[in-house]
Amino acid sequence: MTARIGVITFPGTLDDIDAARAVKYADIEAVSLWHGDHDLKGVDAVVVPGGFSYGDYLRAGAIARFAPVMAKVVDAARGGMPVLGICNGFQILCEAGLLPGALVRNHKLHFVCRDQWLRVENTSTAWTTRYEPGAEILVPVKNGEGAYMADEATLDALEGDGRVVFRYVGGNPNGSRRDIAGISSRDGRIVGLMPHPEHAIDALTGPSDDGLGMFLSALDALQGAAA
Amino acid sequence: MTTLDSVKHAESTPDTALPWAELGLKEDEYARIREILGRRPTDAELAMYSVMWSEHCSYKSSKVHWHYWQENTTEEMRAKMLAGIGENAGVVDVGDGWAVTFKVESHNHPSYVEPYQGAATGVGGIVRDIIAMGARPLAVLDPLRFGAADHPDTKRVLPGVVAGIGGYGNCLGLPNIGGEVVFDPSYQGNPLVNAMCIGAMRSEDLHLAHASGVGNKVMLFGARTGLDGIGGVSVLASETFSGDESGTGRKKLPSVQVGDPFTEKVLIECCMELYREGIVVGIQDLGGAGLSCATSELASAGDGGMRVELDRVPLRATGMTPAEILSSESQERMCAVVKPEDVEAFLRVCRKWDVIATEIGEVTDGDNLVITWHGETVVDVPPRTVAHQGPEYHRPFERPTEQDVLRSATPDLLPRPSTPEELRETILTMISSPNLASREWVTQQYDRYVRGGTVLAQPCDSGMIRIDEETWRGVAAATDCNGRFVKLDPYTGTQLALAEAYRNVATGGATPLGVTNCLNFGSPEDPGVMWQFEQAVKGLAEGCRELGIPVTGGNVSFYNQTGDTAILPTPVVGVLGVIDDVRRRIPTGFGNEAGESLILLGETREELGGSEWAHVVHGHLGGTSPEVDLAREKLLAQILVAGSRDGMVSAAHDLSEGGLAQTVVEMALIGQTGARVVLDPDLDPFVQLFSESAGRVLVAVPRSEELRFTELCSARGLPWRRTGVVVPESDSLEIQDVATFPLDELRTAWEGTLPALFD
Repeated sequence: MTARIGVITFPGTLDDIDAARAVKYADIEAVSLWHGDHDLKGVDAVVVPGGFSYGDYLRAGAIARFAPVMAKVVDAARGGMPVLGICNGFQILCEAGLLPGALVRNHKLHFVCRDQWLRVENTSTAWTTRYEPGAEILVPVKNGEGAYMADEATLDALEGDGRVVFRYVGGNPNGSRRDIAGISSRDGRIVGLMPHPEHAIDALTGPSDDGLGMFLSALDALQGAAA
Repeated sequence: MTTLDSVKHAESTPDTALPWAELGLKEDEYARIREILGRRPTDAELAMYSVMWSEHCSYKSSKVHWHYWQENTTEEMRAKMLAGIGENAGVVDVGDGWAVTFKVESHNHPSYVEPYQGAATGVGGIVRDIIAMGARPLAVLDPLRFGAADHPDTKRVLPGVVAGIGGYGNCLGLPNIGGEVVFDPSYQGNPLVNAMCIGAMRSEDLHLAHASGVGNKVMLFGARTGLDGIGGVSVLASETFSGDESGTGRKKLPSVQVGDPFTEKVLIECCMELYREGIVVGIQDLGGAGLSCATSELASAGDGGMRVELDRVPLRATGMTPAEILSSESQERMCAVVKPEDVEAFLRVCRKWDVIATEIGEVTDGDNLVITWHGETVVDVPPRTVAHQGPEYHRPFERPTEQDVLRSATPDLLPRPSTPEELRETILTMISSPNLASREWVTQQYDRYVRGGTVLAQPCDSGMIRIDEETWRGVAAATDCNGRFVKLDPYTGTQLALAEAYRNVATGGATPLGVTNCLNFGSPEDPGVMWQFEQAVKGLAEGCRELGIPVTGGNVSFYNQTGDTAILPTPVVGVLGVIDDVRRRIPTGFGNEAGESLILLGETREELGGSEWAHVVHGHLGGTSPEVDLAREKLLAQILVAGSRDGMVSAAHDLSEGGLAQTVVEMALIGQTGARVVLDPDLDPFVQLFSESAGRVLVAVPRSEELRFTELCSARGLPWRRTGVVVPESDSLEIQDVATFPLDELRTAWEGTLPALFD
């Protein structure tokens, strides 16, 4: 059985073709999902890609969470479907209540695009099993509102439950609390991160191919489920 | 407003005085409008003529020199062009059925008044030009010029401009792959904000702006029309930018338009879907001069006749007059011509993307563009007289006498560093100077990764993107201009700009194919400036002929001056190249192979006139610019492409501002690898390190390929010199008999400057 991953396009989504390419590089079929869709076309997992959904003039992700397709994603995610939110997708998953906390304006107030080292802190999520524990990977980060914020109790709980999946190393690009770059849901099926693994699938067009591991991890998770 | 100034009303009130002078028209121009129409214009017609006959839209001061383009474009050069000067953007055939369109435009004056929005809408405008050719926009580059880096106003202008370019471009999902950031006091009150966009399409999908086919419908789509930017073209881009209330007794919004990148992003995707469905006959973007420009250009490029019902235009302000609607420069709007049977399909695609679309008129079999307002005719004009038959000035031009003084003030007697210690200090001073320091503070505010096809971007010599995922075909682009060289000699200086952009494209391994430009100059009313301009156009046209690549289009920006002082003449030249497989692109930093030799291609002469060293260390500008040898540049490019194709070159970086010292430092820092440089014992080390002779590239060559590569150079007659070795295990750069620098020391010097100035 071929695994199928849906990639959502909202008006203003930018990295959907990149996410679809990354899915294909992992030998998974990419299925495009439109923000107005009322079904998920039978996909096995969903990527919510980066960009500026609906322009993000209010607050990043604040409108997108109300899109018809997101209602389906929330239902499916609660039922255990793997979901990956990248950048704006992470913001949307937080706004939709699938992940705790919020992303706020970068500490220096500028948009920052740079190659960033991350440490993989949890290799048991649906999106990170292909990495060695503690592995350091190089992927682009690019955002204006990427500083992860949550109250101390939430941060402590995330750390305690091993839900901090990625941490910035070699410099925090945006002022995220505790250098957090990505987190997961309690069951490890939903992962959100600000950096862009889909831009690091080939060292020709990205800083490395370290990001491909996330999509290959999903392939394992989906094929394991089918087997 | 009490009475509508309809054509009928104008005929019955022939003596009504109109504010033609306030709208920037000269007396004889107004007389010509009256002659064309056989009556006085209505206020709506006057608004149209005044914006379309402005310097910005009509090129009235510059077009007298355009014969240079015609004379210097050979049939062979023309054969590569699918569309050229006069279209929204030039188009070249890059092979495999792909056509690439590219263009640079200026948004200088708005960006000084309101840096963020000025720069943002500059990106928006050039992107719509590319869409209007039928292409998907794929990348942007931004050539920028600012006043002195440490001037307080630069701290206002630069961060705003950079944030505006990023804020708009990042939201469109277009990778920013290059450009320039140059500081010089001459740009203090007049920064240059140029924007270049590249787009690609299948050759058969080329869309030209024309409205043919009687009965076809004129569709306006995108944002609503508001009061922003009214008079922007005639006032802002011409003689003054003091703002204008234009006597209607109503306060206008600021003349700088406000951009909405989300609307533009949606508009891009909407246009792409319309093109895929094949339901667009002709299309035109609304930029400077808004609907005046779009309707008159569409009509005059078609069969001539068009009827537009202006009251159907969706507005975002109440009580707008026909003249205001026609001259509004509200952003993110396009105008398409569609067959009647396709209107429903057109509206369906627009609805999918939540884009407002309105049928505002149709193509007629008449000769005139007729615009009505609630049934009454307010415009009835031959469209070509508006769009293409504006005034043409034969402005006087004369080489200024100060030019001799400037050229005789050579840098020969300036004190030079001579001891190793002085050379060491000079290298550190130079690499940390504002024009040579790392641009990362700027470029990290731009998304260079989106769409996943970026193969080279800043700090490389050129940007390169893959355009075909199956074949790996790609295109490269670079923009360049050293205004100091142009000031010393406008003809040679412009050819040096061309040579550098051409070389930068080849340095990445691509073959240069076509040229665009953005000619930024002072007041055309100054004969000295006009001489610079004439020399620049001539130099560029003749240079392109020698290189065999056509000028496909361009843009002119005059009146770039503060008081009577013009900017350094800045003809920014953009060169586009093609590479059949982006996997063979040449990176900039060395250290990619186990053992590499450094080979300097080209000849180093003592050429320090207009150099960065004279500017940084002595604040000096004088003497002669470096020599330009375009035949040599062509040979150099061929060698680089051959080196890339046969895997003989593992890194390459052009020598320009700052000379060899700058180039080797950057290659080491970008590659994070040490090296040992051995200078020629027979030549002054200072000259070798800082001369800015053209036609030079430093390449890293794998040891195994060295003999084959150098034999190729010798056989083809390209001078080369083994200049050192890459030392992978070393973390320092040694310049033998001069100094050894830990890479960390160089990095601190190179990277610290812009953050210290602008954070």
